[in-house]
Amino acid sequence: MCLAVPGKILTIDDAAGLRQARVQFGGITRVASLELVPEAEVGDYVLVHVGFAISRIDEKEAMQTLADLETMARLADELGPEEAGQEGQ
Amino acid sequence: MAKRPEFDGVLTCPMPVGVHDRIVLGHGSGGKLSAELIEQIFLPAFNNSALNQLNDQAIVDFPGKQLAFTTDSFVVKPLFFPGGDIGSLAVHGTVNDLAMGGAQPLYMSAAFILEEGLEIETLRRVVQSLQRAAIEAGVTIVTGDTKVVEKGHGDGLFINTTGIGTVQRGLTLSADQAVPGDRVILSGPLGDHGIAILAQREGLEFETTIQSDSAPLHTLARAMLDAAPVGAIRCMRDPTRGGLSSTANEIAAKSRVGITLEESCIAVREEVRGACELLGLDPMYVANEGKLVAIVDPCVAGAVLAAMQQHVYGREARIIGTVTESNPGTVVMRTAFGTTRIVDMLPGDQLPRIC
Amino acid sequence: MKYVDEFRDPRLARSLVDDIAKRVTRPWVLMEICGGQTHTLVRYGFDELLPKQIELVHGPGCPVCVTPLEIVDKAISLASRRDVIFVSYGDMLRVPGSTTDLFRVKAAGGDIRVVYTPVEAVKIAQANPARSVVFFGVGFETTAPAHAMAILQAKRLGVTNFYLLASHVLVPPAIETLLESAKNRVQGFIAPGHVCTVVGFQQYEELAGRYHVPIVVGGFEPTDLLEAIRELVIQLEDGRAEVVNQYARSVSRTGNLAAQHAVEQVFEICDRRWRGIGPIPQSGMRIRPEFAQFDAERVFGLEGSGAEEPSECIAADVLMGIRKPMDCPAFGRQCTPESPLGAPMVSSEGACAAYYRYRRHGVEAGMKG
Repeated sequence: MCLAVPGKILTIDDAAGLRQARVQFGGITRVASLELVPEAEVGDYVLVHVGFAISRIDEKEAMQTLADLETMARLADELGPEEAGQEGQ
Repeated sequence: MAKRPEFDGVLTCPMPVGVHDRIVLGHGSGGKLSAELIEQIFLPAFNNSALNQLNDQAIVDFPGKQLAFTTDSFVVKPLFFPGGDIGSLAVHGTVNDLAMGGAQPLYMSAAFILEEGLEIETLRRVVQSLQRAAIEAGVTIVTGDTKVVEKGHGDGLFINTTGIGTVQRGLTLSADQAVPGDRVILSGPLGDHGIAILAQREGLEFETTIQSDSAPLHTLARAMLDAAPVGAIRCMRDPTRGGLSSTANEIAAKSRVGITLEESCIAVREEVRGACELLGLDPMYVANEGKLVAIVDPCVAGAVLAAMQQHVYGREARIIGTVTESNPGTVVMRTAFGTTRIVDMLPGDQLPRIC
Repeated sequence: MKYVDEFRDPRLARSLVDDIAKRVTRPWVLMEICGGQTHTLVRYGFDELLPKQIELVHGPGCPVCVTPLEIVDKAISLASRRDVIFVSYGDMLRVPGSTTDLFRVKAAGGDIRVVYTPVEAVKIAQANPARSVVFFGVGFETTAPAHAMAILQAKRLGVTNFYLLASHVLVPPAIETLLESAKNRVQGFIAPGHVCTVVGFQQYEELAGRYHVPIVVGGFEPTDLLEAIRELVIQLEDGRAEVVNQYARSVSRTGNLAAQHAVEQVFEICDRRWRGIGPIPQSGMRIRPEFAQFDAERVFGLEGSGAEEPSECIAADVLMGIRKPMDCPAFGRQCTPESPLGAPMVSSEGACAAYYRYRRHGVEAGMKG
C-alpha cells in the first residue's frame, strides 16, 4: 500500500484558496495539493501520495540515516577480504 | 508493368474538400465525396505513379528476392503526441515489423477508418505526417482505402497498414533461434513512447519533455546485419506493446531457452523513471516504438554493438543480458543487489497503481 | 532521483545484510505489513540476501486485497449503470467480484476511468453535471486524507454529482487480530511507513507493550527495510520490545495533524469486514452522516450481497502471514494473475501476485551473466 514518491517543489500557487504546487519527480513535473502540508515551501522535498503531499522530507533525518548507513558500510569495507568475498556476482 | 513509383517530393496543401470541414458518412460511401477526399487529401500527399492509377491493387516491381509481408493496425489515442502522431507511427510500426526480419521495406498500403465528425484538417495533418515518415523511411504508399463509421463508433481515426519488403535469400531472423551463450542487445533507453502517451492521458496527465521514440529502424537493422556474418544475428524484435518483458519472454519461449537480463545495464531516461515511480509502473512493460532487441552470437556482439552505436537510432545501445540453458522459457532479471527475480508477462495492460 | 536512489544503494544494502547475518543466532519470524514493502522485498529478492534464519511473512497491508467482496460487487453494480461515470485507481480494476470485475464491465461499455488522484474525479464531476460520478475510494490511513479532501473540495465547490464509494481499513486493529490469534507466529513487525506518516506511531507503542513485540516503522526502499529488519533482529536477540522509527525522514510520532483533521471531519470509525479474513471490529472508516450526500452506498441504496470467496482461496491465511502463497494448492494452477481466485493474486501488492510475478519457482542459484 501507499505508493508515495518524494519530489521537489518548484512553484506554489494559492489560486482559488487551494494551496497547490508543481512538484518535480526525477524529470517529470506534476501538480500536487499542499493542503495537508501547508508549511512546505519552494525548494522543499515532499512525499506525494495520490496527488497530495503527505509529509515534508526532513533533510537532516535523511542525511543522518544515510550517514549511519555509510558508517556501517565503511566499517564493513575496512574489515577486508572476509566481507569482500561475499560480494554478490 | 509500372516501375518503382516515383515521388516528386512535393507536399501540396490542397484547397479544403468541397464545403466540408468534417468527415460525414458520405465520405466513406465510394461516391463523389469519397473521390473528393482521395483527390484532395490522399493523392497529393502520397502522389506516386502506382497510386495515381487508383486501381484496386497496385502492380509493382520485385527484383528476385524473398518477400517480407506484414500487417498492422494503429489505434493510438491521442492522435497527436510529443514526438509523433498516428500517421508517423503507422509508418514506423509497419517498417519496423519488416525490418525485424532483415527486410528492406518498399511498399505500404494505408486503410483509414474515420469517424463521422472528424475534422478534415486533422486527417490532412495525419496524412501529411504519414507521408513525411514514409519519405524518411524510403517506402511508398501504393494503395489504400477509406471507410467512415458513425459518430461514436470510431475514436476519431484508425489506420490499418500492410507493408511489403524484400529479404535477401538465406537470411532468417526468427525468435526460435536463440542459443545459450548468445548476447541480448538493446538499442536504447526504455519506455519513452508509452510515457509520452500516458502524459497526455486524462486523469494521469503530467508535464514532461519526453517525446515518443517512434522511429524507422530498418537502416539500423541493416547496419547490424552488415556487421556480422549471416546467422550470427539470430533474431531482432521491437518491444512495442508489453514492453521489453513481452519480447524477451516470447523469445525465451520460442527458443526454449532462459534469458538473464542485467538490471543495471538497462537504461531508462530520468523522466521515464520519474513517471514510472509516480504511477507505480515498471519500465519493462512500457511500450517503445523506436527500439529493438537483438539476440546475437557472442563472438560478434562487440562488432554489432559498435555498428549500432554509430547509427542515430542506436547511439545508446548496450548489451543487457545473456541467453542461458537454465530456466528455459523464463526471463530472469539480476538486480543491482546481485539477487534475481523472474520477469513475467503481464496478463493485460499495465495499470497505474497507488498501492 | 533524490531521496530514492540513495536508499537503493547496493553497497549500503550489502553491509546491512552482513550485519544482520552476524547478529542472528536463531530463527525469527518477521512481518512487513504494507503491500508496498512486500513489493520491494520481492522485487529485490530479499529472501536471497537475508540469512535463512530470518523468515519474512507478508501482512494484510494491501487495501485492494482486503476490500470486501460485497464492496467490489457494489462497485461493479454502480459502474454498470449508464448514468454513472465510475472513477477508480488502477489497482482495483482486475479484482474479482462475485461474477465479474471492473475491467470486464469496462469492456462491456461501462464508463470506467482510471485516475491517479481523487481530485481528478471531482473535476470529472464538474465537467459532467448530468451524470453521477462515483469515486472508488480504497485505502488505508495513508489514502483516507485524500478522499476526505475530495469530499471537502466537492462540498466547497458546490459539486452535487460527486460520490465516494468508501472502503477504508485501519492497520492497528488488523495487527491486533493477528497477535490475538493462537496461530500467530510473527515475532516482530515492520510498520507501514506511509500509514505512519499520516497517523504517527503512538498507536503501535501500545501494541508493542501489550504483546511484547518489537515494532519498527519502516520506509519502502531496500535500505529502509533492511535497516528495519536489522533493528528488529537486534531487539529480538536482546529480548526487547520497543517501537523504533526507521523512517524518520518522513514519520514523526504524532504524524500529520492536518491530514488527521481532514479525516476526522469526514469519516468515522466503524466495524469492517476484511476480505479473506472476516470482520474486525473498529477497523474501518465510513462517511459521517453530515456528508451523507456524498456517500455512494447511501445515495444509491446498495444492498450487501454477503458473497463468499471461493473455498480454494486461502487468502485469509496468506494475508495473516500464516501460510505462504506457494502453500496454496491453487497457486499458479487454478489461481493465476490471468484468472485469480482471490484478491491477493490480482493486486500487484498482493503477496500471491508478488510471488507469482517475481519468483514462481526456485530460480537456479549462482547464475552468472
